[in-house]
Amino acid sequence: MFFYIIKRILQVIPVIIGVTLILFLLMYVIPEDPARLILQKGATEEALQNLRVKMGIDKPLYVQYWRYMTQLAKGDLGTSYRYRRPVDSILADHYPNSIKLAIAAILIEIIIGLVAGIISAVKKYSFWDILVTVSTTLAVCIPVFWLGMMMQVVFGLKLGWLPMSGMGDGSLRYYILPAVTLASVSTAFVARMTRSSMLEVMSNDYITTAYAKGLSQFKVIGKHALKNALIPVVTLIGLDLGALMGGAILTETVFSWPGVGRTIYLAILQRDAPVVIGGTLVLVLIFVFINLIVDVTYAWLDPRIRYEKKEVNV
Amino acid sequence: MDISKNNKILEVKNLKTFFYTDAGVVKAVDGISFDLKFGETLGIVGETGSGKSVTALSILRLIPQPPGKIVDGEILFDGKDLLKVSNRELQNYRGNRISMIFQDPMTSLNPVYTIGNQIMESITIHRKLKKKDIIKESLKLLEMVEIPEPMKRLNNYPHEFSGGMRQRVMIAMAIANSPSILIADEPTTALDVTIQAQILELMESVKIKTNSSIIIITHDLGVVAKYASRVMVMYAGKPVEFSTVNNIFYRPLHPYTMGLMESITRLDEEKKEELKPIKGSPPSLMDLPEGCIFRVRCKYAIDKCRKKYPPLIEAIKGHKVACHRAYEFLKGNLKNID
Repeated sequence: MFFYIIKRILQVIPVIIGVTLILFLLMYVIPEDPARLILQKGATEEALQNLRVKMGIDKPLYVQYWRYMTQLAKGDLGTSYRYRRPVDSILADHYPNSIKLAIAAILIEIIIGLVAGIISAVKKYSFWDILVTVSTTLAVCIPVFWLGMMMQVVFGLKLGWLPMSGMGDGSLRYYILPAVTLASVSTAFVARMTRSSMLEVMSNDYITTAYAKGLSQFKVIGKHALKNALIPVVTLIGLDLGALMGGAILTETVFSWPGVGRTIYLAILQRDAPVVIGGTLVLVLIFVFINLIVDVTYAWLDPRIRYEKKEVNV
Repeated sequence: MDISKNNKILEVKNLKTFFYTDAGVVKAVDGISFDLKFGETLGIVGETGSGKSVTALSILRLIPQPPGKIVDGEILFDGKDLLKVSNRELQNYRGNRISMIFQDPMTSLNPVYTIGNQIMESITIHRKLKKKDIIKESLKLLEMVEIPEPMKRLNNYPHEFSGGMRQRVMIAMAIANSPSILIADEPTTALDVTIQAQILELMESVKIKTNSSIIIITHDLGVVAKYASRVMVMYAGKPVEFSTVNNIFYRPLHPYTMGLMESITRLDEEKKEELKPIKGSPPSLMDLPEGCIFRVRCKYAIDKCRKKYPPLIEAIKGHKVACHRAYEFLKGNLKNID
């Protein structure tokens, strides 16, 4: 297991190179002069040129790339063109907000998704099962931004129960609408996958064995069925966690949530290359890291895929 | 337990288990009655789909419901009708007083828990013991089913065991609480021939050590001949003959049993005749013929067989049969015709 983890961490290096290279090329394609962005209108050509030399953007792309990478190796993500602040401090300001929102959404996803899925599998074809099936279909179909806006209108504007946007003082009330919006589609997927996975697992012979041992239904489902049924669900949640941690551009924009997704969105609009590249890079790293955790969890759930060769006795 | 009276440990009376499917009602078990004596091995034989396994599962109410349902009958164990006790109470019987061993050891163990976890679970459900004693007990069980290096094996997962070894683990789990009855539902069907013999020998020795009774369900007449003392032959969800293993093999009174005997190789017969399969195939359980269920395949069928289902009656003491012409067979009036 240890070597597996080391191997996975080393695999991150080519990912970093790939991501930075692509983003560098993309930002280079945009015909916008960072020096003009910074100095605004009315700056003299001399001043612009001075700045370009100072920033190193007068050099060919591969020199710039090399410089970026050597800085990156030292942990320096560069400086924002727009805000004249180090990119890492900008991300550090906004990232916690995204993580908080992602955790809130993941909690909704896990709790509501799993519970709904289990109930609808155990009480197959009951009222609850039909309710879950119908509402998950709706949740999958509705576009996230539309759902967000509708909830703003209904719960914020008409009923006035919850704040419509922003983080306010950071109290729980501000989280509810964006978190529910962010979690809606994945909760539906988790519920559906849990249901079908549970149904499949419950028809296995070892479930009959568990009942034959004298276990209660609660224990059979909770111990013998759930752990097996969770294997595909964990993958889904894990992938989702990675995606959510990557900031939710749509949700954060609709709710003006001061997170990293919205920051990257604004940086793209403002052609702020260092923020776009640095932000994306951090997101990619987090995504890879979370996937690693998911894979390790996977091995815990399913001993058949422990990542080392084990002696098999026949 | 009250075994002094007629020596019976389990009595199944008129058991009916139906499956309600979209295509219709499947009468998988339709009026089975039998009894199990203390310390005996009872064989239940029949073709695939004759209702053997459903009978076994019905005893512990393990039929998936829906679509299955036990619609009628009594299952008397220890003076209690297992069909009438609550689910909560039934859990005290399952795996404790009556245990089951299933057909396919490859799928009967939970792949995500260690063997040790699963064996210890069997113990902890029914007995309050200290962790240390539970481990000791589990090791004893693994030794009893002849698994080498039990201490090391406790931490292994099912996929690290072969089929035969897994079936040994299943047996260890089944006997964890010294049950009075062990129901083995085709315990060797999924195993190699050499392993089959080992498993059956093991079950036999375990039976003697734990003083239990066994119901062995199989389509292998050889297994029945060697291990069972009495045999029930099932056909299309109904019992057709029930007697001692000697009677069934040497003096069968039902044409179906006779057919079964002719369709197996016997080493004790000199004449090397060709094997005679029973012509035709079993009827659909959704659409059983009127009268005797076997008559369409029976070469002795007479008019009466078409009209009335022959009840299972005791033709001679200890030999029950469901055939209108049983007495004629008994007297030797009917010769084997082809």
